[in-house]
Formats: sequence, C-alpha cells, structure tokens
Amino acid sequence: MRIHCPYCGTRGVEEFTYLGDATVRRPDPDAPEAAWVDYVYLRDNPAGPHPEYWYHAAGCHGWLVVVRDTRTHEIFSVRTASGGAEA
Amino acid sequence: MSSDRYSFLSVLREALRGQTGWKPAWRKADPQESYDVVIVGGGGHGLATAYYLARRYGIRRVAVVEKSWLGNGNIGRNTTIVRSNYLLAGNVPFYECSMKLWEGLEQDINYNAMVSQRGVLNLFHNDGQRNAYTRRGNAMRLHGVDAQLLDAAAVRRKLPFLDFDNARFPIQGGLLQQRGGTVRHDAVAWGYARAADRLGVDIIENCEVTGMRITDGRVEGVETTRGFIGAKKVGLACAGNSSRVAALAGLRLPIESHVLQAFVTEGLKPFIDCVVTFGAGHFYISQSDKGGLVFGGDIDGYNSYAQRGNMPVVEDVCEGGMALMPRIGRVRMLRQWGGLMDMSMDGSPIIDRTPVDQLYLNAGWCYGGFKATPASGLCFAHLLARDEPHPVATAYRLDRFARGAVIDEKGMGAQPNLH
Amino acid sequence: MNDLSTSPMSRTGHAGKTQPMRLARGNGINGDTTIRFTFDGRVLEAHPGDTLASALLANGVRLVGRSFKYHRPRGILSAGPEEPNALVELRDGARREPNSRATVTEVFDGLAATSQNRWPGLKHDLLGANSLLAPVFSAGFYYKTFMWPASFWEKVYEPIIRRAAGLGRAADDADPDSYEKATAFCDVLVVGSGPAGLAAARAAAGTGARVILCEQDSLTGGRLRAEQTVLDGRPGWEWAQETEQYLRAQPEVRIMTRTCVFGRYDGGCYGALERVADHVAVPQAGQPRQRLWRIVAGQCILATGGIERPIVFPDNDRPGIMLAGAVRAYVNRFGVVPGHQAVIYANNDDGLRTAVDLHDAGASIAAIIDSRLPSSTAAQVTARRVGAPLFAGGAIVKTSGHTGLKAVQVRDSAGQTHRLACDLLAVSGGWNPDIALATHHRMHPVYDEVLNAFVVSSVPAGLHIAGFAAGSLTTDAALAQGDALGRTAAQAAGFDAAIGPAPALPRAGQEEGYAIAPLWHALDRGAAKQAGRAFIDFQNDVTAKDVSLAAREGFWAVEHLKRYTTLGMATDQGKTANVNALAMMAWERGRTIAQTGTTIVRPPVQPCAIGALAGTHRGRHFKPHRLPPTHDWAVETGCVLTSNGIWQRAQWYPRPGETSWQETVNREVRSVRSSVGFCDVTTLGKIDIQGIDAATLLERVYVNAWRKLPVGRARYGLMLREDGFAFDDGTTARLGENHYVMTTTTANAGAVMRHLEFCHQCLWPELDVQFISVTDAWAQIAVAGPRSRDVLREIIDDSFDLSNEAFGYMGAAHVRLRGGVAGRLFRLSFSGELAYEIAVPARYGDALARLLMRVGAPYGITPYGTEALGVMRIEKGHPAGPELNGQTTAHDLGMGRMLSGRKDFIGRVMAQRAALSDAARPTLVGLKPVNAGDALVAGAHLLPRGAPASAASDQGWISSSAWSPTVESWIGLGFLCHGAQRHGEIIAVHNPLAGTVTEARVVPPVFVDPEGSRLHA
Repeated sequence: MRIHCPYCGTRGVEEFTYLGDATVRRPDPDAPEAAWVDYVYLRDNPAGPHPEYWYHAAGCHGWLVVVRDTRTHEIFSVRTASGGAEA
Repeated sequence: MSSDRYSFLSVLREALRGQTGWKPAWRKADPQESYDVVIVGGGGHGLATAYYLARRYGIRRVAVVEKSWLGNGNIGRNTTIVRSNYLLAGNVPFYECSMKLWEGLEQDINYNAMVSQRGVLNLFHNDGQRNAYTRRGNAMRLHGVDAQLLDAAAVRRKLPFLDFDNARFPIQGGLLQQRGGTVRHDAVAWGYARAADRLGVDIIENCEVTGMRITDGRVEGVETTRGFIGAKKVGLACAGNSSRVAALAGLRLPIESHVLQAFVTEGLKPFIDCVVTFGAGHFYISQSDKGGLVFGGDIDGYNSYAQRGNMPVVEDVCEGGMALMPRIGRVRMLRQWGGLMDMSMDGSPIIDRTPVDQLYLNAGWCYGGFKATPASGLCFAHLLARDEPHPVATAYRLDRFARGAVIDEKGMGAQPNLH
Repeated sequence: MNDLSTSPMSRTGHAGKTQPMRLARGNGINGDTTIRFTFDGRVLEAHPGDTLASALLANGVRLVGRSFKYHRPRGILSAGPEEPNALVELRDGARREPNSRATVTEVFDGLAATSQNRWPGLKHDLLGANSLLAPVFSAGFYYKTFMWPASFWEKVYEPIIRRAAGLGRAADDADPDSYEKATAFCDVLVVGSGPAGLAAARAAAGTGARVILCEQDSLTGGRLRAEQTVLDGRPGWEWAQETEQYLRAQPEVRIMTRTCVFGRYDGGCYGALERVADHVAVPQAGQPRQRLWRIVAGQCILATGGIERPIVFPDNDRPGIMLAGAVRAYVNRFGVVPGHQAVIYANNDDGLRTAVDLHDAGASIAAIIDSRLPSSTAAQVTARRVGAPLFAGGAIVKTSGHTGLKAVQVRDSAGQTHRLACDLLAVSGGWNPDIALATHHRMHPVYDEVLNAFVVSSVPAGLHIAGFAAGSLTTDAALAQGDALGRTAAQAAGFDAAIGPAPALPRAGQEEGYAIAPLWHALDRGAAKQAGRAFIDFQNDVTAKDVSLAAREGFWAVEHLKRYTTLGMATDQGKTANVNALAMMAWERGRTIAQTGTTIVRPPVQPCAIGALAGTHRGRHFKPHRLPPTHDWAVETGCVLTSNGIWQRAQWYPRPGETSWQETVNREVRSVRSSVGFCDVTTLGKIDIQGIDAATLLERVYVNAWRKLPVGRARYGLMLREDGFAFDDGTTARLGENHYVMTTTTANAGAVMRHLEFCHQCLWPELDVQFISVTDAWAQIAVAGPRSRDVLREIIDDSFDLSNEAFGYMGAAHVRLRGGVAGRLFRLSFSGELAYEIAVPARYGDALARLLMRVGAPYGITPYGTEALGVMRIEKGHPAGPELNGQTTAHDLGMGRMLSGRKDFIGRVMAQRAALSDAARPTLVGLKPVNAGDALVAGAHLLPRGAPASAASDQGWISSSAWSPTVESWIGLGFLCHGAQRHGEIIAVHNPLAGTVTEARVVPPVFVDPEGSRLHA
C-alpha cells in the first residue's frame, strides 16, 4: 500500500503511522459525558470508504486524512488534516 | 450400519468397507420458520455456543446461520495457539475456564481436535519485561493457573538454537505455561458443528444475515438471504464483522476491524517443540504436527475487511523470526493469509446483552479469539440461556467502556491497532 | 517440422555412459562443458543449463523422492516450480535447504543433493509400510480416533505422529549467507518471458515506458524453449534470445531472470525474489544469496502461461509418469529423453505433440491413448507419424513398477485391456492458466467450459493478462495479445502508445490445436470406486477416494475439501491438484464445476526463504543501535551497556576490584548522595515548542496549569490519554516568551511527538505553535549531588549566577560554558539531590563528559548508569515505565489533585469517571521488607497477612524494587488497594513463581528526604 503525501509525494505505507477514524470530532469541553464516550470508544467501522488519520512519521510529520476502501485498500483521496494541501 | 460414534473400532470397521459408512459431519440444514435462539456466525464461537446451549442448557431449537461455509472466519485462519497466561483479573478466570474445556474437549465432543499441551514460552529480554512477566506469572499462579519463570539457561536447554549469543536483544529468560499449546483449528469448528448437529442444532450455511427485525426495541428474528428466520433470542458471534452485523440493529460498537496476517512454512522434520514468542519483536512460532512452522506477528494496523495484508508486516515478522532463530533462514514461507480481527478499544472481548432486547453480543476478540473458543461458547450460551453473565465472564460487559472499567492488558488505551 | 528436429538425435559422445539419456542438443544446455554433482552420495555428471531434474533424468535416475503420508516412491512429474514429487535436500549443515524442487534447482559443479523423508534409504523406505495402512489412513481419520485415554495424545500418539511428520530437515545452524532488499519502480511490470511476455515488454518499452520483465527461470523464452515452435522459419527460442538482447539494449528496460514475482500487494506493489547465488555453490564475498525486490509498478502484465494437469487414474504416481509438456521441455530444452519406451495419454491435442518430440528424439512410442472418442485428426496424424497404435477413447486402468514405471494397462474403447511395457508415460489432462497473482486480491476466477479451466473474468485496474494465462491458445495469439497489452499498459501509465517502432512481430503460422475434452477421472464412477488409488495431490497423497469420502461427510465446499483432506496444502500448494480435485468433487456430487466452487491462492506464488524476507535485519542488525553522545567515552571507561528501547546506555561503571554489579551500583548511588555524580540523560525525549500559542497547547496536553510558568522556570507535567489514563510525564521549561522545551520519557519520545502533532494539526489547527524533536540535537547530562554546584562552577561561565537564590530549584536558563559553547541549564532532579541537567549541542557531549570527569575529580565525581538512576528514582518515589504502564491513572499515581478543574485538557472528561479514581483501585505506595534482608521482587503480589494465596485476596503488586544503599534495605514501589490509607500496615508479599512469601511494611512512596530539603539546597 502506498500513500500520496501532499508534501512528500507517494510513499510506502511503512513510513506512516495509523490512528483510525477521522470522522469522529472531539466534543466541546462542556459536552455531556456520553458524547465523550462516543468520541473515545465508538466507531462506525465501515466496510467501504473510510476517512482515516495517518501520520507521516518517517517524512514530514504531517497528519493526513486518507479516504481508503477497507474492503479493497484502494485509496481515493488524501488531504492534510489541518485543512491545507490536497494530494 | 453407519458409523456415527468416532472410535478406534469405527475407524477400523470403515477401513474394511472402504469408508462408506460415515455420515455427514453435520446436516446441511435448511432454515425453519423460527428458533429459540439464532446464532449469527458459523465460526468457532458460534458453533461452540450452539453446542453448549444444547448440551448444558438444554436449549436445542437453535440455528447457527453462516454467510459462507462453516468455519470460514478466524477459526480457520489463526495460528492455533491456546493459553491462559493473562495478567488481569477480568481475563484470567475466563481463559483458564477455556483451557480446562480444551483439556476435556475431545472426549466431550467425540472429535479429535489434537489439543496439544506443548507449552507456550514468552521470552523476555530485559529487566522490565522480566518484572512484567513475573507479575503476570504470579497473577496466574494466584488464580491457580500453571506458570514457570525460566532463566536463560533453562530456555537454552529447551531451545538451544535460539540466538543467545549474537542477538541485538539477548534472551534473559521466559515465562512458560506448560499447559498452553496448540489445537488443530478447523477440527474445532467441525467437532463442535458435528456435536451440536447431533443434539439437534440446525447449521445453516450460505445464509447471510441482511437485516434484523426489531419491534419496540425487541429483536424478533433475522432477515437472511434464505428468508426471514424468527428467533426468541439472537446472538451475534461474528467477530471480524461484528460492527457490520451490529449496524443492522442500529448499534455502534467499540470495535475496529483489522487484518492480522499469519504464515506457514513448508513441512519440516520437527525441531520446535513448544510455542515461542519473541519479546523484542513481533514474532511467535510453533510447529504443527505436519511439520510446518506456523508463525505470525503484529496486525497490519489499519482498518480492513480485505482478509489480506501487505509486505511491510511480512518483512517485519520475518525479521523477528531471523533475529530469534537464524536457523530458519533457508526455510521457505509457503503461504500467508489474513484474518479479520474485531479489535476492541481495550483489547478485551465483549459478551453481553445489547441495548436491543433479546439481542446478545459476543465480539471484540482481537487476535485472541481462538484460544477462547470453548469458554466463549459456554459463557455466551450461559448468557443466552440465563440472561446473566457467566461467573467467569462478568468483566466482559459492553458498558465497561463508558464506565472506564476497561480490561487493558497492554495498557494501550482506546486505540485498537496498538492492542 | 523445423531443422532442429530432423532425425533421431544421437546420444552425446562426451558424456558417455554417465548420461545415458542425454541427447546431442538441448536449446538451453551447454553440452561442451561437463560438471559433477551428487545425489544421495552418488557422483553424476551434468551440463551447465541443467536443472537437477534434467540432470537426474539424463543419468537415468527416476526414483527421486517419497510422498508425505504413504512414502510412495516418486519421480519427477514436471519441469517447473509446480513440482510436487521431486523434492530434495540441497547442500548440508548450516546451508541445508530442505524440500527443494529438483525441477527448478540449477545444477552447479559440486552440488550435493540428498533425498528426504525416507528411512533408511530412498529405495527401501520402511515407512512405505504406511501404504499398507491406507485403508485406515483415509482423509481425516485422525479426527476420529487417538482420543482415548485423554492424556495419551501428548504422551503417545502425537510423538509418533511428529516422528513421521515433515519432509526435509531444516538447516542445523544459523544461515551463514546474507540477504538483501531492494526497491524498484517501473511503469510496466511484465511477469513471465514467454512469447506473450516478451511481446508485451517490447511493445511497452517502445513507448518509452520504464519496463521491468521478471522471469522466474534462468532463461527467458518460456514455452518457446520447451517446444519446437517455429517463428518466421526459425526456432522460437532463437527469437526469444534475440528479443531479450533487443530489450536489454533499451535504456528503460530491466530484465530480471531467476526472479519470481511471488505476490501482488496493494497500491501496485509486488514482491519478487531474485535468486542471486543459488546456482553457485556459495555466494561470492559480499554477494547476497537472494534479494527481495519490492517492485512498485504502475501497470502489470501477467504473462505467466499455464500449468499442466495430470490425469487421475489408478497408480498414476509412479516414477516415470510425467506431465507431457514437461517431457517436451526435457527433450527440447535440456536435451534429455526421459524414457526409451513411451506411452502418451492425453485428453487434448497439445499433449500429443509429445509423441512427435519423443519420437524425433529417438524414443519409441508404445501407444497413444486419447481419451477423446472420436479422437481428433491431429491424433490420427500423430500416431501415424510416430508409428504408434492409437487408443481412441482409451483409458489407463492400472500401472506397474514399484520404484519406476514398467508397464501400463490400457482399456480400449471396446472395454478390452492391453498391457503395454513402457518406462515413460507422458500425461496431459489439459492446462490451467496460471492466474495465481491475479487472485491474490481475492478475486474469484470463473470456469471456462471451452478451455476446461479457470480464467480471470474481470481484471482489476492496473492488471492485464496476456498469453495462455488469459486463455490464448496459440503462439501467434499470445504474441499478438502481449503486443497489444504492452501498448495498452504503457498508455494507461501515461505513455503514447503510437510511438516506438519495434521490430515486426514474428509469426508461427502453424495451427496449434488444443481441442480439449474434459477428463477428470480415467474411469467411470463405478469403476473408479473399485479401482486402486488414483492420486490427485501427489505430495500429500490425497486420492480420488479421499475426495469421495469428503463428499460423503459433507466437506463439499472447496475450502472444506482442502482442509479436510489436506489437498493443496503441500509445498506445491496444489498447483497440479486443485482443479482436478474440484472437478472430482463436482463429479461426486453431480454438479458442474462452476456450481462446485473455485480456487484462489494466497501469496507467495512460490515458497520464499524467510531469510530473504528478513534481509539484513538479523543478529546485531535486527534493530538499529541508537547511541547517546557520551557513548564512546562511556565505553572507554569500561561501562556495562544495556538496551533501553533501541538506545544503548551505560548500565553501570565498574571499577577495578569491584566484584558484583551491586557493589558498583551501591558505590555510584552513595557517591551521588554524598558528593556528586553524572549521568547521560540524552535519551529522554526533547521537543522544542515555539509559537504564541505554545502555552495554550501545553495547557491542553498536560493535566496541570502552565500559563503562569515564568520564563526561566521548568515544571513537572503529567499527560493523559483521551481515555483518562496516564500517558507520559516529564518536565517542560520555558526558555522564552513563546519558547518551551519539553522532556518526555525515553520510551514515549516518539509517541508524545506524534500526539502533540495530532493535537495541533487535527484538533486545534488554529493554534500558532510549532514542534520539532531535538532529542538528538542536544547532549543532556544530569549532574547530581550536594557538590554538583561546585562542579558546575568549574564549567559554566562566571557571568552566570549559580547560587540557590539566583538559580533555584526548577530554574531553566540559556548558559554559556567556559570557552564559549552555548548551552542550557536546568535545575531538575530525578535523584532527589541538588542537581542540574546541562544541555550542550550533541557534538560537545563527549567533551562535556570528559570535562566533568576532570573538573569533578577533586569532588570524587562519579559517572553513574541507568541502574543507579533507577535506584535513586525509587528512593524518591518517582514513577517510571513500570508505574506509567498505560493501565494507571493520575489517582493511582497519587497525582489526582494535579488535575486542573479550570481548563480543558486531553483526558479531562474521561478521567473524571468514577472507575478511574475509585478508592479501591490500587494506588502507589512504598514498601520496605520487615526483614531488611528480604529481597523485594518486582512482580510479586501483595496480599493481606494471613490471607490464602489466591486471586481473591490479591490486593496489588510490586512494580519496581531495588536495594537501597541509602536506606540500607530493599525498597519497592507498588500499587495497593486503598494504598494511601494503609501506610504502616504489614502485608504479605507473594511470589509463587519463586515459591516465596515475605512480609513488608507499607510506607509512603518516598524513602529519602521526603521534605525535599536536598533538592532546594
């Protein structure tokens, strides 16, 4: 598997560290505890396209949002998590 | 006369008449209109659940529905290791219950699953690891589980060909559970299937669950590719795909699906007698009764339903193998495969009710489900029959995440790919 | 017929009697040179270009191995990697390679091959007696017995089974050869160099695309070398050779022979194994034995050809029974005629060509058995040409010859049987396209009723299939398809397919009929049931009857069939067996093959040495060594090193006369506590944090408050994970208005960096803050002890006021060393003494250590290692890895009150859950043995005195322990239920692994200077 880092170009998956689902949003500090439980523990875990966080540990240290099909490992898009560059 | 009871005599008798008297290992059942319990997932856990429901709890109107062929999931894709060398109080009694069930399994189900208690040896390479294994081994002993702490000399006597002298991380010793070992994985599925079948359980293959019929918060049955099947209770035992099936009931789970690769070499004359795990890399190995080295390592680390992994992990695992036992350099890896792991948020399983009435969940086995098969089946059967957790599975509640009562053996927190 | 096949070839003169089956010529053999090898100790001759199989056949050796279960005598079935029978051990000792296929082993001068899985010898193998028990040893019989009594499995049955298990023996010792890994990139990867592959590579290269052509064999050409195909009036293999030369001259083409593409992975990644030095006795100095290639390809063309199927008939496994296509390969490429008297048995026209090639090579053809009725015109023509009887609609019902074929019994279409003496039977049940690589992504092939084989129905993006692998039946079709797909692939990779004039494609022109009629068992069902064993999976001895039994017992699904009978599980992965077995199952159940299932395979396509997959990462090079800046100096002093993650650190510094590590460590601790010592703490993670929002970020990642930390001060901080459990700790110093430097634990340096970047980039990208890891940039040395200030005065420039008043505990400052080096000074203490950490650019670390030794000499300065560091941190009750193990909370660590209630921070909400601060949770305590001499063992458990040794009474454990020379007692840190309320209580310390129970007193987790007066001195 290879990921196209917007900063570094296409690199082997071994350069990246995975975190998981990029659709979950950290709740407001005042949100009820249930919202935090959801955020920390519950996942859609879909079979299909999955936006997910990858960290380019052996490269630019950028956190990326990669949309990847969990059934085929095909990658549809990559963008930086901070909302900048898109590959 | 058919030969239905397996024995030395029945094997001899069949040998004399060309093996023509054997009955199918299990009937190819068609779905009935309804059952007391429908179990979703014809893998080890589902089949064991059905067996214990019928055998120990007297519930025989049971169907196991399997979307593909029986045993297509992790029961047939694992590295066959059984052990109960856990640390935490939430886990040890459960896995020890499983170990005891393994020890009597073959006579119980009349099927030789080749439970082989050859020992599981976890190597350690520094003082910190030794201390952690000491804590674990002592926890096991306090729970009445066997454990021994070996020093480097004792490990050398047992496995003289490990890299003791030139290693990057020299071996200091190991924690040995002699009662651990391996079990012929497919035979577990077939044995439970056969035993459950003889007790009246319907095993329905090629029957995929496509929906749940839920009325007023209560499950009434499952929609399948072979029609609706009514059920008083539905139990999900489809680890790897738990999230997908639970989603049919509107549930989100504290689980990610990940791929774990495993490997087998060509058959070799036996030279590795026990299961060995490397403490300085992701590598563990045993040798099967056919002679193949069965080995594995870490999960690939990303969500996947693809049942296959990638090269970096293959290389990482083989690097561990060569670092630990450089003698296997010219041994050839014959086959690699991937299984889907229900990686839970604390690395431990779930056996519990769900927010949907009469819908029960058995999930989150991470890469440790095989060894748990008998106890998982027993405890899930207990829960389905009695509506309360089995005494050895009281920690495996779904609400433990919300409560913070997690069972985190590795201390990795809510990040599944690190467990 | 072309000029190569004129008249029977004469036997070669120079090989003499030693190679009785050798012909004058083979297109892949250098007959001018003779080399020697041994098989089971017997010295034999061969030529360069031979495989072990061809060389054995040339020498008339037919019995090569024994099967797995029944130890049936076996010979050579194939001429390629699909070989199930001819497995041998190559070389010996540490270089022994078990299960090596003779058919792909290149012979070199001095090669030693040994038969395997037999005792005492190949010809007389006592375990051949297993064959007598075949009626018992049916598929899966072991699941039905060996269960009584339960304890007998490990004690009796399994040891017997394991004694018989396995094939060859693994090497005796560590592999002495080296391996390496390489990565290659290309636009078009072509797998296979037969006509389709060569045409594809040529066409793709013509567009300017970067092309890699991989061929598992030592020679390119594929079947062009095995057949007598004529292209434009010349031997096909000559065209292959020319095309290879042409391709090698192209600037963007790389041809890799002896390279098997074994796996297709995601994103256009392919794994390939190059056998660099397997065809020589020992690799040259510096040369790897094999090289693992990771090939990243934009497009891939599979031109992998096909694998021929055997025919299932009784006793179809004797040495001398070979695949027809393999026989042609031995004749045409290797110049070996595998028998004098041959019978051909086929269900297709392709197999019949074998009769012609053998006949032209001088063998006599005893009969042609064509299972088809009526037989084809081609069969009739062939039979006439070779002067052999043709049995149209015939079947072989029996064979004889224990260790080598002697005769076959043929049943003609009228039901009459005929005994035909022969020493070679060439069989062809048709060909399977080799689509293994295409199925690695779990794509299911479909059954083609015309081809009678599985083909790929829809090709995944980036993959193309050409030649016979795609069902192209003739050489011309393969060439044309390869050519077209070469262009298509290049175009898909972004190249202009129109450019690039390649030489014109050659043409074979002749009709190459196939005309296959399915034949899944030589006999009808009734007869098959009565007949002897007909093997499907040769190596694992799976027979047609085993498939019947599997059907009877309900193991219909292909995967059940495989797993129950072990079909396809042998070293050849069922390459010659799987389709026959599937067809047999369909036959048993009266279903079509399509209804019965399909087979997919998993990587690797061919078995791969574990050493090659590991590459250079073994022994000391398993993981990198990371060395602190004072490493060289420390080694010079004779320190003992320890691994701390991948770091190598000084564990202690023994002095002459010291007799134990304990003595050394005690001295180091006493020196620090009484005078001064120093320790390299560079390994702690150091993260430089800058930006106007730096303080805001610290507030959010640490549990405690940071806004009011003044410039020039440091503070201890605790980080949680978002789930509320403790993550990491360390100190962070404020060096400027918007400039902080954070330290992390050694173990979590990378994880904390990643975490900070996550918090910034994913959670709060609006914050103006930047991070960089400076762990390697700064050498950091702790100088600790009551005389540390005195030592530093010798080092730090006079302009800096080191007095307690000016630079108190937790001070942080930019400093200049005497001589001008700019550094940083922190007044931090892990030891609990007056202490500093001094940081200088890493290149000065070594000099700083030497300087400290010199200027500290008057004070008796003592370097100390990780062991003394650990003793002193336990004496002070500082948590480290064993306490911060990811399972503990701030409450457990006695830091519950650090959690700020006035701000949001990572882990805040989840940490507030009752379960994380439950009073019953084990919390950090100190422990001292009641008898000072009783060792406290980390990992021992804490139980109430007098309670039974059981889990129900388990209340905690010891996480860290040490002998404290300061307290003159063993001391420990541990976690105990209600620990904070139990100071003074005596509890039992259980270590059942060691068989000990001792007693210890629960004390506060600080053993030395609880008031902290030394810190502030």
